[in-house]
Amino acid sequence: MGKTLAEKILSARSGNNARAGDIVIAQVDLVFVQDTTGPLTVRQFQKSGLKKLAKPERTAVFIDHAVPSPTHTLSNDHLVLRRFAGETGAMLSDVGEGVCHQLVAESLARPGDVIVASDSHTVTAGGLGAFATGMGSSDVAVAMGLGKTWFRVPESIRITVAGKFQKGVSAKDLILHLIGRLGADGATYKALEFGGDSIKEISMSQRFTIANMAVEAGAKAGVFPADELTRDYLSEQGRGTDYQPVFPDADAVYEQTMQIDLNNLEPTVAKPHTVDNVALARELKGTKIQQVFIGTCTNGRLDDLEIAAEILKGKKRYSGTRLIVAPASRQVLMASLEKGYLQTLIAAGATVLPPGCGPCLGLHQGALGDEEACLSTSNRNFKGRMGNPRGFVYLGSPATAAATALAGEITDPREVM
Amino acid sequence: MLRGKAFKFGDGISTDHIIPGRHAHLRSNLPELAKHVLEDADPTFVSRVKEGDFIVAGNNFGLGSSREHAPLVIKMAGVSAILAKSVARIFFRNAINLGLPVLICDTDGINDGDELEVDLSAGIVKDVTSGQKLTFGKIPQVMLRILDEGGLIPYIKKHGDFKL
Repeated sequence: MGKTLAEKILSARSGNNARAGDIVIAQVDLVFVQDTTGPLTVRQFQKSGLKKLAKPERTAVFIDHAVPSPTHTLSNDHLVLRRFAGETGAMLSDVGEGVCHQLVAESLARPGDVIVASDSHTVTAGGLGAFATGMGSSDVAVAMGLGKTWFRVPESIRITVAGKFQKGVSAKDLILHLIGRLGADGATYKALEFGGDSIKEISMSQRFTIANMAVEAGAKAGVFPADELTRDYLSEQGRGTDYQPVFPDADAVYEQTMQIDLNNLEPTVAKPHTVDNVALARELKGTKIQQVFIGTCTNGRLDDLEIAAEILKGKKRYSGTRLIVAPASRQVLMASLEKGYLQTLIAAGATVLPPGCGPCLGLHQGALGDEEACLSTSNRNFKGRMGNPRGFVYLGSPATAAATALAGEITDPREVM
Repeated sequence: MLRGKAFKFGDGISTDHIIPGRHAHLRSNLPELAKHVLEDADPTFVSRVKEGDFIVAGNNFGLGSSREHAPLVIKMAGVSAILAKSVARIFFRNAINLGLPVLICDTDGINDGDELEVDLSAGIVKDVTSGQKLTFGKIPQVMLRILDEGGLIPYIKKHGDFKL
């Protein structure tokens, strides 16, 4: 009997024949924290009696959520993290470098890795064939000290992809569509495994978008095979030697299989206040939007800024709609400057924030006023998410976001492309 | 035996309802942070909850962020256990890691304000107000071992490694 991607990776890292439902202790190849969960992780680590990091060279501290720091209390949290990195030898990524998940994708995650971190969107690295999952501060503290953690091996839901994305449609529409079908708890305790003939139609950046939101269906991981696209991406990032092929067995056993035909997808939006509350963008025409946000670990990459710039080139945002753009990393920021995307967006009226999480989690920058609505390319729209329980967050693709910024109301991007 | 009053919540209570990102600047000042527990779901909760009380919720309690501060501020409010129809994966693990029991049962018959008694070892919830008795699903063995030590950090402090 063959194995799923999750079973294969957890078998290799636990030294056991890991099958769905088993409890295994697996070696952890990369462990990291960020600045809103890191200080508690440091305190738990200090309380645990564990003296040092198991693998300092594969432990990372990211300062990305509150950057630059808006308050002295968060500045003090940043000090705790810098000191911890200095004392333990962990890698430090400081203000302005970018969102942890984007940097992990660019520089650290490898196919076949087990990755844990104190951030739920750690699942992003599943885009390049890692088993990556979010945990709380206590679990991550122990994983840092022991170099391993325990897992219940998840059942997998196989998502088979066919067809080709049509104009104006991208990975964000696929994953919102899928979450709408699964529901916000439809994959709880399970892994989503993506495959099928058209997997090669989904670029690495788009794979990260899809894997990133697996957790919004409750999934423990969202995993792609590590194929030629993965190999090419790693080579472009100057780490071709990190590549190894990772594929599921042909006779792997799945809890269920679902089909998605890319040809049939349309621009899709999640309405307040749950991610599974989806509708087509065209069905929401007329919904007034006061703020558009393009960025985050979900959709703050170069191709995301490219499509937004393409739509907004030579045009101006609607006067009553603020447009905020935050590249996901310094690499994306530099490349989007070289390509002229940022200049185009600024000319269209965008406010550009430094690489980081920006307004996504309501911590600072771009908090909503009472009864205001935002169309965001981020991954969550829970009540209170963007700094105000009286605000409303809609989630959509960068193309939908750009079209909405032009019109001041939710707009199907195919209308303006 | 745990005893207390039921505070009833619906489906899909996220970690943003429990402790939203706008209070992130208080995360290293836990007593201040805890004053905001569940304020976006029920702003009166924090002033009414007493030591030993229960959160009684519907489906997918605790979905969203990995922030361990969510079960932490619930525990700091005095809540002795969470009863829910289902619970999100990371929240479940985080709560157990902090020594806060999460019990999966059909909560439909429990009303807000009911007096409850929970027998953790027998797996029984008694609704003293209605007289109804419920059983809850077993906590997986590995998590029970962590819970028995009061959480993951005390567990590791004692054993130095996973002895699961």
